[in-house]
Amino acid sequence: MNEKKTFWKHLQAWVDGEEVILDADKYIVSRPKREKSDWRSHFTMEYVKEHRKLYMFLSIAISVLFIGIMLGVVNGLPEFGNPHNPANNEVMERYLESGIEETGATNFVAGMILDYRAFDTFAEANVLFLAVMCAVILLKKDSKNYCAQEEQEKYEDNIFDEREKKPILQMGGKVLAPLVILYGIYVILNGHLSPGGGFSGGSIIGAGLILYASAYGQKKMRTFFTFRTFTAISVGCLLTYCACKTYSFFTGANHVGFAIPKGTPGDILSGGFILPLNICVGLIVACTMYGFFALFTKGDI
Amino acid sequence: MNHLGTNFYEAASVILFGIGFMNLLLQNNLIKKFIGLNIMDTAVYLFLAAKGYISGRVAPILTDGIIDASHYINPVPAGLVLTGIVVAVSITAFSLALVQRLYKHYGTLNMDEIMRLSREEEGE
Repeated sequence: MNEKKTFWKHLQAWVDGEEVILDADKYIVSRPKREKSDWRSHFTMEYVKEHRKLYMFLSIAISVLFIGIMLGVVNGLPEFGNPHNPANNEVMERYLESGIEETGATNFVAGMILDYRAFDTFAEANVLFLAVMCAVILLKKDSKNYCAQEEQEKYEDNIFDEREKKPILQMGGKVLAPLVILYGIYVILNGHLSPGGGFSGGSIIGAGLILYASAYGQKKMRTFFTFRTFTAISVGCLLTYCACKTYSFFTGANHVGFAIPKGTPGDILSGGFILPLNICVGLIVACTMYGFFALFTKGDI
Repeated sequence: MNHLGTNFYEAASVILFGIGFMNLLLQNNLIKKFIGLNIMDTAVYLFLAAKGYISGRVAPILTDGIIDASHYINPVPAGLVLTGIVVAVSITAFSLALVQRLYKHYGTLNMDEIMRLSREEEGE
């Protein structure tokens, strides 16, 4: 059926209703495959990646286009610093005006994140814990994650660390680490009264621990901070947080009383559960920071 | 609606975001890619902090016993920035741990090299 039909034959066949190719399968197999010649076929990701300059040009163009579009959006946003912007709505007024009597914290942000939105902060602490657990799974040296060469290198590193004298770092660590940790404790304990709180204070404590560990080595850290203490503190703090918030949500939602006394705003023992929650979050963050440092440098806590 | 002149904090954050995105696309080194990702995170914090600011007001911490919403800036974006920082730290640590494992396996940090080597491994 490969002979060319004229227009008249076509029409005749169409009128007769017999536009049927007799051996269609054979025809389909034998017909020449149409060459795909449109630009999309060779303008693929591989082609772009191979031509480095084109790739660079395209990525810069995309980024500049993106910046341009977003600058257009910024142009249409409400004015910076205007008190009548839609973002400054009744939620903010509620937090600022009744925050003191409802949470007892003079730091409105602490009252917000640890009382009104405590569930969100609990999830944040969980995210940190999950991240450090992922790092433990990926980096901790154990029977499955073992490599003889690395073990040898680690051994040599340890010998080198012990021989090397680091007087400036050790003196600095000796003087500064307790001060840094003390300052972190201050920031955590005053989280509901002044700027700061669990996250910032916890990272300061973590920095102090990292300073001490880098001055005196992992071995000395192990005398008071092992993997067991790390897991115990993290899990214990998460559970304490969960228990505290469950209690206050349960009693608050069911109006059964037994609410935690708020105390006088401005005192160190005020703000209901905010102080213990800050301590929990701070301990988790400190452990996490030090855990990341230890896992990334030595592969063990 | 022409506030590009007054909204320069937002404009700067948008430009930073674009720079971070460009970094993410152009760098071949994985660690530099994650530096680009962190620049994008920082741009988001700057944007949120700029959204919460109200000119002439003080930080949301009780000062002089004034309990009045028209004396303090908006505390909500501060909480959002805190969430953002925590998530960014976690993501960075997780991705760097993955990069360390990749480096141990392939011996390179170059993205294209890693893709090529992994394809070769699969082909065998």
